[in-house]
Amino acid sequence: MVKQVPDTANISGQVMKADGTVNRAKLPAIFNPEDKVALELALQVKDRFGGKVTVITMGPPKATDILRECLYMGADEAALISDRKFAGADTLATSFVLSEAIKKIGKFDLIFSGRQAIDGDTAQVGPQTAEKLQVAQVTYAEEIVSAKGDKITIRRKVDEGYEILEATLPVLITVIKEAGEPRPFKAKRVMAYKNARSLLELEKMADSNSLLSVDRLKEDYLSKALFISTYTLDELNIDPGRCGLAGSPTKVHKVASVKLGGGEHESIEPTKDGLRSLIGKLAADHIFG
Amino acid sequence: MPNFFTDNADLQFQFDNMDLQEIITLIEDNFSETDVYNYAPADCDDAMDNYRKVLEIAGDIAGNFIALRAAEVDEKGSTFADGKVRYAQGISEALDRLEKAELLGLTLPRKYGGLNFPTTIYTMAIEIISRADASLMNIFGLQDIGETILKYGTDEQRDEFLPKLASGHHTGAMALTEPDAGSDLQAVKLQAYQDDDGNWFLHGVKRFITNGNGDILLVLARSEAGTKDGRGLSMFVCYAGDRLRIRRIENKLGIHGSPTCELHFDNVPAQLVGKRKFGLIKYVMDLMNGARMGVSAQAQGISQAAYEEALKYARAREQFGQPIADIPVVTNMLINMRVMLESNRSLLYATARWVDLRDKLEESIKRLKERKQPFAEEVTRLKEATRIAALLTPMTKYTLTEAANKITYDALQIHGGTGYMKEFNIERHVRDARITNIYEGTSQLQIVAAIGGVINDILKDSFEKKETQNYKGILQKLAGHLAEIREIFLECRKYVTDKNDQYFQDVAARELVEMYSFLFVGYLLLDEAQVNNRKAFIANRYIVNALAHTRKNAESIRNEQYADLLHAGEILI
Repeated sequence: MVKQVPDTANISGQVMKADGTVNRAKLPAIFNPEDKVALELALQVKDRFGGKVTVITMGPPKATDILRECLYMGADEAALISDRKFAGADTLATSFVLSEAIKKIGKFDLIFSGRQAIDGDTAQVGPQTAEKLQVAQVTYAEEIVSAKGDKITIRRKVDEGYEILEATLPVLITVIKEAGEPRPFKAKRVMAYKNARSLLELEKMADSNSLLSVDRLKEDYLSKALFISTYTLDELNIDPGRCGLAGSPTKVHKVASVKLGGGEHESIEPTKDGLRSLIGKLAADHIFG
Repeated sequence: MPNFFTDNADLQFQFDNMDLQEIITLIEDNFSETDVYNYAPADCDDAMDNYRKVLEIAGDIAGNFIALRAAEVDEKGSTFADGKVRYAQGISEALDRLEKAELLGLTLPRKYGGLNFPTTIYTMAIEIISRADASLMNIFGLQDIGETILKYGTDEQRDEFLPKLASGHHTGAMALTEPDAGSDLQAVKLQAYQDDDGNWFLHGVKRFITNGNGDILLVLARSEAGTKDGRGLSMFVCYAGDRLRIRRIENKLGIHGSPTCELHFDNVPAQLVGKRKFGLIKYVMDLMNGARMGVSAQAQGISQAAYEEALKYARAREQFGQPIADIPVVTNMLINMRVMLESNRSLLYATARWVDLRDKLEESIKRLKERKQPFAEEVTRLKEATRIAALLTPMTKYTLTEAANKITYDALQIHGGTGYMKEFNIERHVRDARITNIYEGTSQLQIVAAIGGVINDILKDSFEKKETQNYKGILQKLAGHLAEIREIFLECRKYVTDKNDQYFQDVAARELVEMYSFLFVGYLLLDEAQVNNRKAFIANRYIVNALAHTRKNAESIRNEQYADLLHAGEILI
């Protein structure tokens, strides 16, 4: 499971609108870093033990960008889960749609996702999806130690160290960024899959050119193995009341635009006495001590 | 997150403005593989899009992975213990990454696992990699070895060696140099002999072998016992193994990440590549020309890195109440560096296209012959491309590698005392640049290689055509300067040939080759300025400077500056 997120690490001046909401147009969309590591781990498992890696993402048509990147890195298949009715979802609604899509796609042994996305930082979607699928979950994974039969051994990070767990398949694993460095795009796969398109992208192509029809395009892309499967609400046949904004009990109460700025300041001499007085003040203000 | 391809505006300009259509059509054999490989292009635009996307991968790895490790690679270097060479950690990691990205067989055909890219694109990749770590280029740039086997080996040899090289599982080495055979490879002694069953073995010593610890080695050896010159040498390919011992690695001024080995061949089993006795006269010349393009691109990458360090430092460093970049003498140095950098890049990729065209025409003619199709047109075009590539390759290597030394020198100068310190990258670039005008043929030998084409004025038609062309605005004045340079050149050439003195011609050759390069590059820059206004600045400084330089060179020739060579014995005490 991967997610396209705004690049919160590279923020420019115009990203916040005057009302404090995010100006998405000014924020480049990127592959959520820990999800990329999760894919790396999944591909490593495939390299070591065999299998097939299918990637899913829920998002707008533009999220197909990161699905193509998954194909460039080595994923066998990719699927876009997209519908206007999925928009505005909190973690509950998101994990519901994802779990239903996974059921639809079929049998699985392992599900990998990043620990959390850099936009929401909730770290809830992985665990909630595992609950809905009723499978075991191992969070904060940093290494797949071994796998044999229906058992997998995973090292996970805990506060003061790590622990090694054995789990019975199927398992959902959330991955931290220390687990590995995502592999580079493979040149041949980039050339092979650069034209892969999801249904929604084909619809857009058909809209802008009256000579094209979606069905014909889909057939054409399928025949060239360049069609990225797309699941909409209708195809998943799920309760719209549990999707998107409608299915999200989390509501944004208020958005405040907080301006950080310095107020008063004071100079301290770089002498022993100066430092002593600084430490005294910091301790008095409970900044440390 | 710097991407060393996309963040380089001038490299982008070259990429966007170059016409590779003829080369792509040849290399793709009219797109015959489109339905065979899902990554083969469907047409020229698709091919260009592929090249761009793959260079973006190279640029990403260079900027975000290799460059971060370069300083440590330089500091730690390769190490040698118990007969084994170990790469610096950063080099091993970078090679692993490049292998995973499938960038180690760029030019080899798809059926051997390569990407079937033109040399021009490979050259761009070398520039990009070298900007991050010049020493890595010495291993990355060994892809020419595969090309030699492709061109001259048997089908069995291609099947055996090329997939290993293209995948990156095996690295290679070119073992040519020996203790007594450096610039003069005719003196190679390493012995090649056959047993009663006709199997070849190699015995002797090779020195200064870049990546001599590689798995597959191309070796130049004396197959004809008793001979003394180049005609007794043949080319062989062999594997590393117990009988091929590494005696030591060199402790060098720069390119520390690239291990330079002394090799002892103790009756190593080998295979003959191509025809006997053609080792030096044909195959090494080919290999060497490829390597010269590689080193030119390496020099360009180092120059780019040094220029950026200089510009960044000059803008950040304040003295006398202003950034030193705003002090006129420093501004002037920076502009000189920038003009050299861009004019050299134009030369590099123009040359790469002629080299590409020559190689792809050769392959195409071979195919046409097999298919019993007519190929007369291709032969005429091949003759032209061969002559021009043979001139431009050494001219490019001379110009770019000398410039890399000048640019890194000035970049360090701009850093002042700080630049002399190891904490800054710039001293590494200075040291790395210093080898580029020495190996794969010194600058002096590049002049020797280029002078024939210059004396024969092989670009005459092209220059004469350019002289009649109309250029816009200030460019017309610059075109006038180029016409004047050509007049001076023709006069000097006449002076030198009339004198009919080989001794004199040998030393005046540098002046003549330089003038000729000014003409070639000058017209390239004028053409670029026609489509891009900013480039008029580059063309202007380049051509005005070229005219001054030409006059100086002409004076050196006409005033018999070199007459004192006859008295060297008295002068050199």
